[in-house]
Amino acid sequence: MKAATPSRLEKILSTGELAVTSECGPPRGSDPDVITRKADLIKDHVDAINITDNQTAVTRMCSLAACIRLKLMGLEPILQMVTRDRNRIGLQSDILGAASFDIHNILCLTGDHQSFGDCAAGQNVHDLDSIQLIQTVRHMRDEHQFLGGNEILRPPRMFVGAAANPFADPFEIRVPRLAKKIAAGVEFIQTQCIYNLDKFERWIQLAGEKGLLDSVHILAGVTPLKSAGMARYMKNRVPGMEVPEEVIKRMAGTPKEKQAEEGIKICVESIQRLKQVEGVRGFHVMAIEWEEKVPEIVEKAGLHPRPTVEED
Amino acid sequence: MIIADKKPIEEIIETIAPFEQILILGCNECVTVCEAGGKKEVEILASALRIYFLNQGREITIDEKTIERQCDHEYLEELRGRVDRYQAVVSLACGVGVQFMADKYKTLEVFPGVNTCFLGATETRGVWVELCQACGSCILAQTGGICPVTRCAKRVMNGPCGGSTKGKCEIDKEIDCAWQLILDRMKRLGRLDKYEAVAPIKDWSSDRAGGPRKIIREDVR
Amino acid sequence: MRLAYSPSIKIIPVPCTGKVDAIHMLRAFEKGADGVYALGCIEGECHYNHGNLRAKKRTEQVAALLDKVGIERDRVAMFNLSSSQAQRFVEIAEEMTARILDLGPNPIKTAKKKRVA
Repeated sequence: MKAATPSRLEKILSTGELAVTSECGPPRGSDPDVITRKADLIKDHVDAINITDNQTAVTRMCSLAACIRLKLMGLEPILQMVTRDRNRIGLQSDILGAASFDIHNILCLTGDHQSFGDCAAGQNVHDLDSIQLIQTVRHMRDEHQFLGGNEILRPPRMFVGAAANPFADPFEIRVPRLAKKIAAGVEFIQTQCIYNLDKFERWIQLAGEKGLLDSVHILAGVTPLKSAGMARYMKNRVPGMEVPEEVIKRMAGTPKEKQAEEGIKICVESIQRLKQVEGVRGFHVMAIEWEEKVPEIVEKAGLHPRPTVEED
Repeated sequence: MIIADKKPIEEIIETIAPFEQILILGCNECVTVCEAGGKKEVEILASALRIYFLNQGREITIDEKTIERQCDHEYLEELRGRVDRYQAVVSLACGVGVQFMADKYKTLEVFPGVNTCFLGATETRGVWVELCQACGSCILAQTGGICPVTRCAKRVMNGPCGGSTKGKCEIDKEIDCAWQLILDRMKRLGRLDKYEAVAPIKDWSSDRAGGPRKIIREDVR
Repeated sequence: MRLAYSPSIKIIPVPCTGKVDAIHMLRAFEKGADGVYALGCIEGECHYNHGNLRAKKRTEQVAALLDKVGIERDRVAMFNLSSSQAQRFVEIAEEMTARILDLGPNPIKTAKKKRVA
C-alpha cells in the first residue's frame, strides 16, 4: 500500500516494516516540559507518539497543544481525539488546527465516560461517535469538505486510526466492529494492551478470515506490568481488560524487588510471539508513567534502531 | 409517561416559608402513576407541612386539590376564581404543569414540588426506568426497538464502545449495555445485517440542541 | 382474659394493617396525637397475604417524614403479634405508653401553648 499522507507512521507501515508507537500523557497543568521530557526518553525508539485526550475523563492539557509541542521538537505526533468533549464544530476545528501544524496522524475514540474523571457533574457531548469521527476525517481529507459541504482550504492530510479492544464484550462482535471501522475509513488500529495472547490471536485470525487484514494496519498494544498489584488492579478494576491467571501467578510468584523486571520480560516475550502473528504490523507500547522503560523494551524486542524515512 | 420524584420536604419548606395561604396541587396522570404527585402524595405532603409549621407555632393555611392534568387549559381553568385566595401554589405536577400553571395564573407564585426526571415506564412497582430522550427523530426501527440515544450513556450510534463488560455499561454494573441489548435483539430477529451498516451521523437539530420545540398541526387547528 | 392496659390508648380497628395509609398516621399527629402505632399479624401470617408488610413500609415512611418536620420518629411504630397473644398485646401497650411518656407530649401542643401565651 502506498502512503496517502505525509505521515511518517504510514510510510513505515507501507514499506512492510513493523512500526513502533508509544504514548505520553499530558500534565494536569500547563508545564510543557512534562511533555518534552517524556518525549525525549522515547524519541529514538518509536516512530510516532500518541498524546492522550483527557484520558479517563480527567482534565489535562489538551492533546492538540501537546502534539504541537512534539511537532516543534521535530517528532511525529498521533493526535488522540475523543468525541466526549467536543461537538462536530469543535472536532473539525481542532483537526484543522492540527493540520495547520502538519500533524499527520489521528486516533478517533469515544472516550471514557465523564463519571470516571474529575468532572462527573459535567455534560458530555457525543455529537458524533468514534466511527463517525473516522468518516469525518476521511471526508475532510479526501473530499476536501466540511461536514456541512463547504470546501476546506488546505485540507488535512491525516493518517486515520482508531482503537480496537479484542477483550471487550461481547467477543463475537469485536471483528464485525473492526469491519465497521474499516468501512468507515480507518487505516490503522492500536489495540488495548494484550496479556491474553491466545484470545488476541483468535481475534486477529477471525479478522483475517473476514478479509480485513489487507485493509488495515494493526498495531498490537502492550503494557509492561510494574508489579503483581498492578496486574491484579488491571484484571479487576479496568473495564475491557483481560489479564490471565498465569500472568498474575507469574508476577506474584516473583519476589517483590524483581517484579518490575519480570513485567518487562513478559512484555518483551509477548512482542516476540506477536511478531509471528499474521496481521500484526507493529506495536503500541503503553508504559504509563514508566516511559523510561520503553527504550529497553524496544531494544530487547529487537525493534531498534527505528528506520529513517524521507520527509515529503 | 413522564417520571418524577418527590422533592425533599426541606426544600419545599424553605420555598413556602414566607407565605400564609398555600395550595398543594396534584395531578392525576403521570405523577400519580409514578407515585410522586397524585392525590395521595398531596395529602401526605400537606399534612406533613402543617405539622412542621404547627411545630413552629404557625397556623398557616395549606389546602389540597388534585386536578386531572396540569398540561391542558381546560383543567387548569377549573381553578379560575378559586386560586385567588392563595399566595403560593406548590404544584406536584411535572415541570410542564408547573409552567403551564404559572403562565395561566400570573399573579400567583407557583413552585415545583417534584423533580421531573425522564420519560419512562414502570419496570415493576416502585421502579421506573428511562426509555426515551425525545430526540425528535426516532431510529428504533434500526436498533431492534432499543434506543441507544437513551440507554447508551455515550449515545453512540455504532456501539458497543470498548467499555462494555459482560453486558453491562462501564459506568455502572447495574446498567445494561444498550448495544449488548440491541445485538441480542438483532440476533434473535435474525437481523444482524442491520448492525453491520454504519449508522449515519445524527441530526440533533430536532433534539433539545435545536432549541425549544414546537409542533403545529394545521390539519387539526 | 380481662387484662388491663393503659387507658391512654385509643384503638381503631381495621380489617388488616394493610388498610392503614401513611396519611392516617400523619393526620393523627397533625391533630395532636402523642404517639401512633400499628399492630399487625406476625410477618408471614397476614390474613390478607402481605398487608402487614405494606403497613411496615408505610410506618417507616411516616417515621422518616416526621423526622423532617420536627416530630420524634419513635412516636410512630409497628408491632406484630397473633390475635391469640393477649399478654403480648398488653406488653406492647405498656412499652409504647412508657416510650411516649418519656418523649413527652406532641411538640405541636407545646408550640401552640407558646404561641397562645
